[in-house]
Amino acid sequence: MAFYQPARYQKPVAGALLLALLALPPALAALGHEFYIGFATRLLIFALAASSLNLVLGFGGMFSLGHAAFFGAGAYAAAICMRAGISEALLALPLAMLVAGALALLVGAISLRTRGVYFIMITLAFAQMAYYLFISARAWGGDDGLPLPGRMTLAGLSLGSDSALFYAALGCLALAVVFLGRLAGARFGRTIQAIRENETRMEALGYPVFRYRLVCFALGGALAGLAGALLANLTGLASPNLLQWTQSGTLLVMVIIGGVGYLYGGVVGAVVLLSLEEVLSGFTQHWPIGLGLLLLAIVLFAPRGVAALFGKAGG
Amino acid sequence: MAEVLLEVRRLSRRFAAVDALQAVDLIVETGELHALIGPNGAGKTTFIQHVSGALQPDSGSVFFAGRDLTRLSMHQRVAAGMARSYQISNLFLGLSALDNVALAVQGRQDAGSSFRFWQPVRSEQRLFDEARGFLEQVGLTARSDRVAGNLAHGEQRALELAMALATRPKLLLLDEPMAGSGPEESERMVELIARLARQVTILLVEHDMDAVFRLADRISVLLNGRLIATGTAEAVRADPEVRRAYLGDHL
Ligand SMILES: Nc1ncnc2c1ncn2[C@@H]1O[C@H](COP(=O)(O)OP(=O)(O)OP(=O)(O)O)[C@@H](O)[C@H]1O
Ligand SMILES: [Mg+2]
Repeated sequence: MAFYQPARYQKPVAGALLLALLALPPALAALGHEFYIGFATRLLIFALAASSLNLVLGFGGMFSLGHAAFFGAGAYAAAICMRAGISEALLALPLAMLVAGALALLVGAISLRTRGVYFIMITLAFAQMAYYLFISARAWGGDDGLPLPGRMTLAGLSLGSDSALFYAALGCLALAVVFLGRLAGARFGRTIQAIRENETRMEALGYPVFRYRLVCFALGGALAGLAGALLANLTGLASPNLLQWTQSGTLLVMVIIGGVGYLYGGVVGAVVLLSLEEVLSGFTQHWPIGLGLLLLAIVLFAPRGVAALFGKAGG
Repeated sequence: MAEVLLEVRRLSRRFAAVDALQAVDLIVETGELHALIGPNGAGKTTFIQHVSGALQPDSGSVFFAGRDLTRLSMHQRVAAGMARSYQISNLFLGLSALDNVALAVQGRQDAGSSFRFWQPVRSEQRLFDEARGFLEQVGLTARSDRVAGNLAHGEQRALELAMALATRPKLLLLDEPMAGSGPEESERMVELIARLARQVTILLVEHDMDAVFRLADRISVLLNGRLIATGTAEAVRADPEVRRAYLGDHL
């Protein structure tokens, strides 16, 4: 796999898309389709979650099957903050990131000592442990999850309306993508991509490989926590299902569909997967078959993901 | 008396049924070019692996510049001033030659932290200027923008060397830098190594005896994991056990 390099037209396209998204809530409202604002917000949030996994998997080369644990931890952190009276997003969202990032640091510190299948299994094991911890924690609602008393405020402004939350999610995603784009071309991004390509060579050049991997893993966890906190606001609930390994699987599928190691891979994958799910499930309850066919088509015809069809790989 | 740079004491390593290294003692003095020779499977690469920290020995120790490095990891040994090249070229084939060396420069501790998340590497002129200097040293200036995967075999060997140099080592561990090269490429590599030997201490593993006798100040001979001789070219050539091991070829 080559090092990430943005396609020349990527920035203008992303800018145009951002403008279009800014106009989306009033446009949907004018058409009487407000319902879709919630759906669009969901897309943005999963785009963020998948992007965070893409940092770990695509750029860092770490095949984690436990990423949902950090996603869920962010949701619970948001719910716990809200119930404790911390409803300002500028405080609660960073707190959720901190909690999820710290959890990822802990999980990474242990699991990154292993490689290959062992790494996949140990991240999975940690995520399942977190899942069982949350469903058995009575104080946090057990199986039922932990409801949020309302939505956060952002700099004092309520996120109670669906369009306000949409804009908040859009802002978070845009900031995250800009950050990840800079990271990819900065020293850190070059380092983790080179480690992905050839870990031993990097050790032999004097790089403390473990440390870079761990920071990458924790950063991915923190961004997943941000997505989880936003999702809890959207649904009004921190559900233990968010920590399930199937959720990790869904995020993985998004990244693979979108493009492993491409800046917009997570975004594209989340949009494609969730939109298809939405459309297909309207036609038939057997929609997973359609999804399966799509996955098959992508693996056969665009093995590097949809974003790779547009992006360019190179030095 | 010459100063000792690398001192390996009673280094031993067993792989399943093979005693790859058996209580090997070896001293490399500051400034010398020390060649390590031996037939295929003698344990030369294994020795380099243990000195560089890629593998841990069953017993024995590695002292470098007066420090015991035996328990240190590979990246810590690189930071201490030890660099290696690989018997089989080990490059970032998708990156340009210049980017490969820049990555090596960036990894050095005095080049600053790589926990930088915002500033594009491309804008770090210093990194690339320095990298160009190393490419020039190995004669690859004209190839700096070429993707490493598209370089000729000999050029890849030279790039491998430039990357090791970019870590600014006190000791270069070269594992068969001429491996797979034709006579012309080998000749160029010998000249290059001779030039480098004036600036840095080198431990050279090599099969090409002509090259070894031209380059080496001292030679050590490894046979079935045991060090059977160390000394000047004449002394080693005259050593009866060495003669028996090589049965006359090249010597
Ligand atoms: N990882 C390993 N596991 C098991 N045996 C090994 C391993 N590495 C090396 N060996 C064995 O140890 C012995 C020494 O191998 P080594 O590669 O060090 O030889 P060498 O002197 O470098 O040979 P060559 O000149 O062919 O490069 C050989 O018998 C080899 O098969
Ligand atoms: Mg060898």
